[in-house]
Amino acid sequence: MISKERKFWIYEIMNKIRYFELKALRLFEENKLRGSVHLYAGEEAVAAAVCSQLTDDDYITSTHRGHGHCIAKGAELDKAMAELMGKETGYCKGRSGSMHIADFTKGNLGANAIVGGGIPIATGAALAAKLQKNDKVAVSFFGDGASNEGTFHESLNLAAVWKLPIIFVCENNGFGISVPVAQSTSVENISDRAVGYGIPGVTVDGNDVFAVYEAFETAVKRAKAGDGPTLIECKTYRTLGHWTGDPQTYRDKKDVEMWRDTKDPIQLFKKRLVDAGDFTAAELDEVEEAAKVEADAAAEFAINSPNPDPADVMDDVFYEA
Amino acid sequence: MSKKTYATAIRDVIAEEMRRDENVFVMGEDIELLGGIFGCTRDLYKEFGTDRIRNTPISEAAMVGAGVGAACAGMRPIVELMYMDFTLVAADQIINQAAKTRYIFGGKAKIPLVIRGQQGIGRGNAATHSQSLETIFMHFPGIKVACPSNAADAAGLLRTAIRDDNPVMFFEHKALYASKFEVPDDPDFCIPFGKAEIKRTGKDVTIVGSLLYVSRALEAAAELEKIGIDAEVIDPRTMVPFDMDTIIESVKKTGKLVVVHEAHKVAGWGAEVVSEVVDGAFKYLDAAPIHLGAKACPLPFNIELENAVVPSVQQIVEAAKKVCYR
Ligand SMILES: Cc1ncc(C[n+]2csc(CCOP(=O)(O)OP(=O)(O)O)c2C)c(N)n1
Ligand SMILES: [Mg+2]
Repeated sequence: MISKERKFWIYEIMNKIRYFELKALRLFEENKLRGSVHLYAGEEAVAAAVCSQLTDDDYITSTHRGHGHCIAKGAELDKAMAELMGKETGYCKGRSGSMHIADFTKGNLGANAIVGGGIPIATGAALAAKLQKNDKVAVSFFGDGASNEGTFHESLNLAAVWKLPIIFVCENNGFGISVPVAQSTSVENISDRAVGYGIPGVTVDGNDVFAVYEAFETAVKRAKAGDGPTLIECKTYRTLGHWTGDPQTYRDKKDVEMWRDTKDPIQLFKKRLVDAGDFTAAELDEVEEAAKVEADAAAEFAINSPNPDPADVMDDVFYEA
Repeated sequence: MSKKTYATAIRDVIAEEMRRDENVFVMGEDIELLGGIFGCTRDLYKEFGTDRIRNTPISEAAMVGAGVGAACAGMRPIVELMYMDFTLVAADQIINQAAKTRYIFGGKAKIPLVIRGQQGIGRGNAATHSQSLETIFMHFPGIKVACPSNAADAAGLLRTAIRDDNPVMFFEHKALYASKFEVPDDPDFCIPFGKAEIKRTGKDVTIVGSLLYVSRALEAAAELEKIGIDAEVIDPRTMVPFDMDTIIESVKKTGKLVVVHEAHKVAGWGAEVVSEVVDGAFKYLDAAPIHLGAKACPLPFNIELENAVVPSVQQIVEAAKKVCYR
């Protein structure tokens, strides 16, 4: 059971992610924003349902497609947008752009531009939690493609033998760039890979907030009980290109339209909330409007923020007391 | 001669070599339908099929290692890494395996493997997707290293690399793919490894640069000409083997040396050039050589910061003026 309050939070976060990204896409198309920008549209249920069960003390690591995870883990839209634009006011002071947003104060150990790069790091955060006996959990978000990197396999084994409080959340969106999962991945369900490491693996509908929520709830219990990791595969679909400007010649437009028009996680969740009488459509429309306003304001903030000073470029290479 | 982009030149050589030798094949991420993210294998799967233009899972260590194994077993694999930054994910297979296999087995193995991909600044790809890594692979004996600075060199060096029976790391530059150059049509056009090219002759100062820094060194030379300094610009073209002789001969003539690269200055290959030139032409030097390279910090995303980290044309000009006491 998800509390009404939490449902509202999830809905709000999903909308913030969606409108933040649509704004970023617009800025990219207007040449106001550059670099590799990977949008999460269509996958918002995963980040929102997972992070709704975490506190600022719990850890996540994210991916190149990281805006959703970061926002769900508490990132403020204005600082995130400023980072996408390379501004001094951004999360990384303009050093890193879209693929590296981190906020250690919120337990976000960072998006990661190296596919599979974050999985061992989340494992290490879980190791720290275990050594410190502090009841924190770690979550590693990663894609289907990343499950073919050695880091995935090594981390699952390590976390399993050490019974670490970590949940591996695989977002199977059907593709690694242009390559369909079936062409790159030996199993139909990536969760089957859990068997090889002696841990539970489950596959859920990644566009269904409730399904993701429940699977994650079970996994967190297991982690906190000291029983070790779980692999959750969330089957979903990215409805925009791999990155902004992707011609998407490798997939059928009809599939994209089908997912976008009939399986949009925000619309599905909204319908469930209204049907259950949790909120009225009008109340939820207000949330959506507020998200748009916030995204627009974030863009304004970012546009009006200063660039970093090249004189400071050597700062932060090393910690200096 | 045909005028081609750097990307097309690479693609054409891959196709020609695949037609010539059925043992040549390519594996990499997104190289079939997408043709690689810079188009270096565009449409090749149509002619050669997906056995020989082979998409891999995102598994760099396995695909590079599989390249080593296939090469040991008689194939001539070309492994495309989408970003050469990912060599670091596959580092053991390159450094401990590909580079050493022949030697440790007493010369029994032959590893005709090409690992190619792009690197460098210019697209706002930030710290883990903008590095220049040719230097680090020069450190390990057993791998050859090529760095083409234009489409013709890309074609001639890549053909040599594919026909070479040793592992070759082939570093392309992302900012060069769209640049056009006259490329010889000869299907056997090969540029030998270990032969630098003098891009501009001059008598006052020797400027050595590679990849993107060949055009930047030439720009600097044009600036220097305006103030009466006649610069000689040399592109080493391959880092292993490295044609030190051409550089030493040039310094014997000019008496001054500036080396510039996009790779970090600290322990960068420019230091090796300075050391060899001091060894080989000490008494000809009129000034202490200057070595320029990226600052000792990761490559930042913001474009002004990125430009602040790597050497500028102006810095090359200033360095040349300094060694010329101007
Ligand atoms: C080690 C490494 N290899 C390759 C890439 C290039 N790359 C970036 S995203 C991507 C696809 C990742 O697919 P997946 O893990 O399914 O995530 P998705 O993009 O679908 O969210 C690739 C190959 C990279 N960034 N890092
Ligand atoms: Mg994917």
